[in-house]
Amino acid sequence: MKKKIRILVAKPGLDGHDRGAKVICRALRDAGHEVIYTGLRRTPDEIVTAAVQEDVDVIGLSILSGAHNVLFPRILELLRKNEGADIQVIAGGIIPEKDILELKKKGIAEIFPPGTSTVDIVDWVEKNVGAGD
Amino acid sequence: MTKEKKSTDARNASFDAWKKSYEEGMAKCSIGTERTTLSGKRSNPLYTPLDLQDFDYGERLGQPGQYPYARGVHSTMYHGRLWTMRQFSGFGTAEDTNRRYKYLLSHGQTGLSVAFHLPTLMGIDSDHPLALGEIGKCGVAIDSLADMEVLFDGIPLDRITTSMTINAPAAVLWAMYIAVAEKQKVSPRAISGTIQNDILKEYIAQKTFIFPPAPSMKLIVDTFEYGTHEVPRWNTISISGYHIREAGSTAVQELAFTLRDGIEYVEWALERGLEVDAFAPRLSYFFNSHNDFFEEIAKFRAARRIWADVMRNRFGAKDHRSWLLRFHTQTSGVALMAQQPYNNVVRVALQALAAVLGGTQSLHTNSLDETYALPSEEAVTIALRTQQIIAHESGVVNTIDPLGGAYFVEKLTEEVETEARDYIRKIDDMGGMVKAIEMGFPQREIIDSAYAYQKAVEKKEKIIVGVNAFTSEHDEIPLLNIDDSAARQHLNRLQDVRRTRNAARVKALLSDLKKAAEDEVNLMPVILDCVKSYATLGEIIGTLKDVYGEYEEPITF
Repeated sequence: MKKKIRILVAKPGLDGHDRGAKVICRALRDAGHEVIYTGLRRTPDEIVTAAVQEDVDVIGLSILSGAHNVLFPRILELLRKNEGADIQVIAGGIIPEKDILELKKKGIAEIFPPGTSTVDIVDWVEKNVGAGD
Repeated sequence: MTKEKKSTDARNASFDAWKKSYEEGMAKCSIGTERTTLSGKRSNPLYTPLDLQDFDYGERLGQPGQYPYARGVHSTMYHGRLWTMRQFSGFGTAEDTNRRYKYLLSHGQTGLSVAFHLPTLMGIDSDHPLALGEIGKCGVAIDSLADMEVLFDGIPLDRITTSMTINAPAAVLWAMYIAVAEKQKVSPRAISGTIQNDILKEYIAQKTFIFPPAPSMKLIVDTFEYGTHEVPRWNTISISGYHIREAGSTAVQELAFTLRDGIEYVEWALERGLEVDAFAPRLSYFFNSHNDFFEEIAKFRAARRIWADVMRNRFGAKDHRSWLLRFHTQTSGVALMAQQPYNNVVRVALQALAAVLGGTQSLHTNSLDETYALPSEEAVTIALRTQQIIAHESGVVNTIDPLGGAYFVEKLTEEVETEARDYIRKIDDMGGMVKAIEMGFPQREIIDSAYAYQKAVEKKEKIIVGVNAFTSEHDEIPLLNIDDSAARQHLNRLQDVRRTRNAARVKALLSDLKKAAEDEVNLMPVILDCVKSYATLGEIIGTLKDVYGEYEEPITF
């Protein structure tokens, strides 16, 4: 049987564009996983606290505001400080290609650009998250 | 047998013969006969006079500038004046954006449209912790009148009209604009433009809300009332379907929810005791132009017809200007694709053409690079040139409503209208749009449509060129970069403002504002006093939050 994965879908940044986040929540839920959605405009602190408290396997960040280069590294740093270093972080949204490379170097596991199929995202999560448990 | 009967019989017979031949032909094809619009509406392979039996030209269309305005709001349409080419623009500091405005105006743009950065949209100052990383990223950073003075430096506000995409804190940014005009010695009575000021679609779709619905609606009615008396050439609201569509709605849902929002605003203004004809001529609309060419055109035409009926018959407006649905259009942002980005130029051209054939009053064309970042100067120039090519080369402006009377377009317009009216009735039955929003109704309908569309794309029932078909690698394109120096420069000005203004006066005015909010009087005059004293946006909105509280959205997906 497929392992059920716990996912926190989070919206950092001030923008309110939640279409992508909500579509991905539904796709992951329909694939049989447990999805927790933070709602809009969550600070890095709030996201990390929720992820640790809810004991999730992975955090999916969705952002369109352009603040990813500041907010994503902050989330990674807080995860390390709060014993959440084992939680993988993936992301999607309006993120230029050159920023994707930098953010992956800093520890974001995968970034899904616009146009990614939800099937590919679900596949990635199932292959790469919680392996070895 | 009458002559008419004979001709109908002949039409029926020829239609039946065509249908037989079509079905025989299609039986040999491997593709099915089912075709749907982008919104999933079924399209027939052919429309004929049989689809428009009992169609009354005068009643359903009217001439341009005549009720019910299906063919356009003006008798002259683009003969008299082209649509306003208004590119939504703003990034970095007020200086950066002021330069971009001057560039666009020098290249033939005819109106301004301000994109504010997210902290401004949320009513917080740039030194607020939540503004971290956001300064100047999604638009121009404006905290106080000092920024606004720089933004419009050297731009004559008596000659240029300005649209400002600002919602929850719209009253404050509008006050700043009025104050800048006064500094240019331009009377508020002489300025013209639009504030978006549409909070309902924020709760429904775009989600940059601050206060709960009731005080938000109160503030909006304050701007209607103030505008009517003091800034009579200003459009005090731009009732927006754009964001509803971007969030995933169908064309019909965009139309229905937006018009129902419009009805809600009228009801709240009437409740205040305003005369319908005193404010209704200043209501304006803003729609999306998406990929499905004819569906969009039908939507624009149906919008005018429904609104004219609503204003005349539901609200009893007598002034024909109250019946007119004037609208701005922006091409669809979500229709832009990151893959093979130059294809976006073609998508935008088609969407822009639909808006023009739908009779838009102003238009923003998106830039090819906007799936990655705010547009570069080169990309925005191509977008503007696209409008100029439609206006000056294509010939579509030579004839008013050139698609009027086309069997398919008229039938589709009728269908879109009927379906939108069903939704409007449903929301009426729920007790209005504020109630419907509290029940989560439009939000749920939209995410259902968005998810259904995503699945259709993934099953390749809907083809997106370069994404789920005809894929190929593409080179990186040059992008606009907003570096951290913009944020530093901007924060320096904010600090200067806080240091040099008359602090005691600011404090006194903010306390006046608080009292006025508690007393439920019109807040515009005191907001204007506050901005002129260089109270910041965050201070003004913060004061109002103390009185009104903040909206908490129910978290669902």
